[in-house]
Amino acid sequence: MSAAADLVVVGCGPAGMAAACEARALGLSVIVLDEQPALGGQIYRNIEAAPADRVAVLGKDYEAGRSLAAEFRNSGAGHLHGATVWNVAQNGAVDYVADGRSRQVVGKAVLLASGAMERPFPIRGWTLPGVLGAGAAQILLKGSGALPSGPVILAGCGPLLYLLAWQYLRAGVTIAAIVDTTAGSGYLGAIRHGVGAVRGWRDLAKGLKLIATLRRNGVRFYSAASDLVIQGERQAEGLSFLHRGRRVTLPASLVLLHQGVVPNTQLSWSTGAAHRWDGEQLCWLPETDRWGRLGETPLYVAGDSRAIVGAQASATQGRLSALAVAERTGRAVDSGRRTALLALFERQSHIRRFLNSLYRPADANRIPRDPAVIVCRCEEVTAGQIRGYVELGCRGPNQTKAFGRCGMGPCQGRLCGLTVTEIIAEVRGATPDDVGYYRIRAPIKPVMLGDFVD
Amino acid sequence: MTIEPLFTVPGAPAGASVTIVFEGTPLRVPAGITVAAALLVGGVREFRSSVVGGVPRAPYCMMGVCFECLVEIDGVPARQSCLIPVHEGMVVARQLGAAHLDVFSPGEEP
Repeated sequence: MSAAADLVVVGCGPAGMAAACEARALGLSVIVLDEQPALGGQIYRNIEAAPADRVAVLGKDYEAGRSLAAEFRNSGAGHLHGATVWNVAQNGAVDYVADGRSRQVVGKAVLLASGAMERPFPIRGWTLPGVLGAGAAQILLKGSGALPSGPVILAGCGPLLYLLAWQYLRAGVTIAAIVDTTAGSGYLGAIRHGVGAVRGWRDLAKGLKLIATLRRNGVRFYSAASDLVIQGERQAEGLSFLHRGRRVTLPASLVLLHQGVVPNTQLSWSTGAAHRWDGEQLCWLPETDRWGRLGETPLYVAGDSRAIVGAQASATQGRLSALAVAERTGRAVDSGRRTALLALFERQSHIRRFLNSLYRPADANRIPRDPAVIVCRCEEVTAGQIRGYVELGCRGPNQTKAFGRCGMGPCQGRLCGLTVTEIIAEVRGATPDDVGYYRIRAPIKPVMLGDFVD
Repeated sequence: MTIEPLFTVPGAPAGASVTIVFEGTPLRVPAGITVAAALLVGGVREFRSSVVGGVPRAPYCMMGVCFECLVEIDGVPARQSCLIPVHEGMVVARQLGAAHLDVFSPGEEP
């Protein structure tokens, strides 16, 4: 028995919520499925329930999620939280598990809005307890009000890292150090996109202000750091790195890593859609038309799961996809509305190429040189083993599975896939597009046999 | 069992709280948060042991993609603790290695 809707949306972050609102305004029936316990995605996580003091610490960009959440609540869209989508078929059928039961809903169109995830940061010791993503720590703050109990090290690059540091300062957390891996050359490369950056000057000024505030507050700031190693045997005990030619070792039981976010493409891959490697964002992007449609299917992708554009542009993109869906299902769409949304999207995404260039994660932090670094966390396969497979004739990620179970654990390659592609490409002297990616198949999340029993 | 927590929720507990049991030890935690958050603020450092090396692991992503936070919840193995909210009386245990299927003979009580 399956339910039906004009539009089924997977993911209740900015893109998913905005698409649902836009589609409802044009009279479409909408169901939003979301794995998380509450709406908002990761960026607006817990936005409806977070107490005022926490919202004050998180800042205005977080608070901005309230109006979209309210619009979504009033939109009349159906919302199922705690619903884990495990299959999206090319005909628009979506299978999910909620409350221990697998059910199906069929959409005339389906919008995949599964957002972003933090780019893996494969270095020695990154699997130790006490090492988390900076985004993970921010999720703990948004969802639970939890803050580091002792001095914390933040390491890596990207806007989220500095934002979290600023939020921690406001909350009174002791930051032992920020170990910044942004290369000096990143600033030079970014200048090429200076025009885009000037148009996005507000965002840029905001970023620079954050860094200035951190320095003014006496946070130890190590710039252009490299060769990061987490110390410890059974848990994190510190971080060691090269800084201006010298090795620095700092003790800490909590190290937060971050080097940008990448699209969570698990769903789009699982539908068999074509993807291409993006040399600026250094990740896979699904091939879509202008409105996010995958080939000739009724499936669309919007927001950060299509390409990293940020929360505001994701919402606008979700609305644009909803307009395309409405038109396909026979609704009259106001062309002025579309033009206005396109112009808004341009303004909201101008700074992106500049950010891609400035915070381009260093090769050594994506493609581990140290053979002992674990790449596949689930099956504990190292960079050295993967290089060895290639020397034995392994041509691509799918074959690494046969060689050593790489990518076959419960995360289904989410945490190792990009690294595996880039390592193989480097050793083979090939491009990531030549090397390809894992073949992702449903179920894209583990399901239990009991979920299918009445 | 538990040690100095990596994370704390500062200030007086404003809202309701619930009691969960981790490896036989009761933990009083804020209601409405996820199991992974509750264990982290409760001082749990090791959530599971890895399937190959048997070494300790703990949450990395907190958003459902890394599967490092797997624990046994109310008798069901390998649950993603970062996606599941706590409830009163919840029984949580470490996930040691891979989840395994208990095989019963026909007619045997599980």
